[in-house]
Amino acid sequence: ASTLVIAEHDGAVLAAGTLNTITAASKLGGNITVLVAGASPKAVADTVSKVKGVSKVVAVEHAGLKGLLTEAVTPVVIAAHKKTPFTHIVAPATTFGKTIIPNIAGKLDVAPISDIIGVKSEDTFVRTLYAGNAIATVQSTDAVKVVSVRTTAFEPAAATGGSAAVESSSDGAVDQTQSVFVGQELVKSDRPELAAAQVIVSGGRALKSKENFKILYDFADKIGAAVGATRAAVEAGYVSNDLQIGQTGKIVAPTLYMAIGISGAIQHLAGMKDSKTIVAINKDPEAPIFQVADFGLVEDLFKAVPELSSKVKAK
Amino acid sequence: MRVIVGVKRVVDFAIKARVKADKTGVVTEGVKHSMNPFDEIALEQGIRLKESGAVKEVIAVSCGPTACQETLRTALAMGADRAIHVPVEGAAYETLQPLAVAKIFKKLAEDNQANLVLFGKQAIDDDANQTAQLTSALLNWPQGAFAAKLSVEGGSKVKVVREIDGGLETIELNLPAVVSADLRLAEPRYASLANIMKAKKKPLDKKTPEELGVDIKPRIKTLSVEEPPVRKAGIKVENVDGLLQKLRTEAGVTF
Repeated sequence: ASTLVIAEHDGAVLAAGTLNTITAASKLGGNITVLVAGASPKAVADTVSKVKGVSKVVAVEHAGLKGLLTEAVTPVVIAAHKKTPFTHIVAPATTFGKTIIPNIAGKLDVAPISDIIGVKSEDTFVRTLYAGNAIATVQSTDAVKVVSVRTTAFEPAAATGGSAAVESSSDGAVDQTQSVFVGQELVKSDRPELAAAQVIVSGGRALKSKENFKILYDFADKIGAAVGATRAAVEAGYVSNDLQIGQTGKIVAPTLYMAIGISGAIQHLAGMKDSKTIVAINKDPEAPIFQVADFGLVEDLFKAVPELSSKVKAK
Repeated sequence: MRVIVGVKRVVDFAIKARVKADKTGVVTEGVKHSMNPFDEIALEQGIRLKESGAVKEVIAVSCGPTACQETLRTALAMGADRAIHVPVEGAAYETLQPLAVAKIFKKLAEDNQANLVLFGKQAIDDDANQTAQLTSALLNWPQGAFAAKLSVEGGSKVKVVREIDGGLETIELNLPAVVSADLRLAEPRYASLANIMKAKKKPLDKKTPEELGVDIKPRIKTLSVEEPPVRKAGIKVENVDGLLQKLRTEAGVTF
């Protein structure tokens, strides 16, 4: 195999999921080339060149790559693939990868394979269907495999130990005629990112209001945890969508997941059931969340969570 | 301006999927189906664009067996002007994949001179999250995936606010364009009885993949479909102290 990994980054820092994607790529065998496309990709390219298992880094610099819009990135990937054809083109199944991977596949007339959780061979992958209630083994018959990788299903590659050569270019293929990057409104938080957090405290509709989520924030801050939420809590307007965990939100697998006031809808379980230890606190003893929880506490969250906050040792 | 909206018929979101004993797929016969929830959101957005005067016509499209016509009637009752059913039956439907569906939408977008194609971001059966992005690539139109807000700017552009991992992103796309709907784009309406009756008289055309000149042969073979490993149920603790003790002794928690 000869694999192209598309690096995700914000212009300064490599997104952690790229390392897990490199591990998935290493399971395909053969060379791994990492593409770092950006308005100023140099720093990220240097970071990637030190990652263990990376054979080559291609840094493409172009002002039109700011914001990494699909219309800018896809032509760069296609150009790199034309220059040295790859057998696989992969990216993390984050909103970045989910956005561009099928677009790249479309340009190559290839059926993309989304959100893989396993690599069986060069052409055979494992992925989930129906909110994780079915696990499919699928074989691609296309010449090039265009794949997005569920980052929680693969360990991160070692950030050091590699010494790949960096090849820089300024690519003229960037298309700036179709779309314009206006800006980003990123949620600023001192809490860990959901994707990287060891402990997640997550709330559902039973929190009843935006204001009540403060109970969870206070508890999470005390133990150094990230805060997540269910789709129902997002729909009710208690929290923003970037906190949503589930089939159509974020997929997480922390060491400890604390589900608070969460009933355990199928689509929510899809996003968290691979967590190492699951705790459920819910006043309804029949809530389905207890079927997947290692430790269940049947109690009103408005009593239990403040008590937890007062009894944990602050980080 | 004309909008095409993709509406997929899927197993209802409240049904827990069961894997077939022969491991070839998931049981869908005799199971309640409905419109994919994210497609409902996309359709609602399309209808609102029409109500605001920015759009002249909304066309709902569904690919699959005859039962998809029920989904299309729902779309018409919600407010779509007309519908196109692309019949794909039996084994061909079992292996109908997003790339083939995107090729169908490309042809329909061209034939109907659409300016905007809307989809839900993800169907809740195959969880592929691909069709909008593939359609954008095939048409060579810009895309706005995971839209939380969509507005038409002066007839030649759309502004899309996208849900991204770290928050929100705003982009502008030149029309024609392809947009996929995320959860917060629009809250779908219920069709009134009067509109359900009216929908029966709205046009519903049929176009086969052959008539559209689209090859729908699958590129991906499904080798097996299995049940996920079952997580064994744990224990209940009596109180907060009991929970903390278990976490500290058995889960290696340091707080």
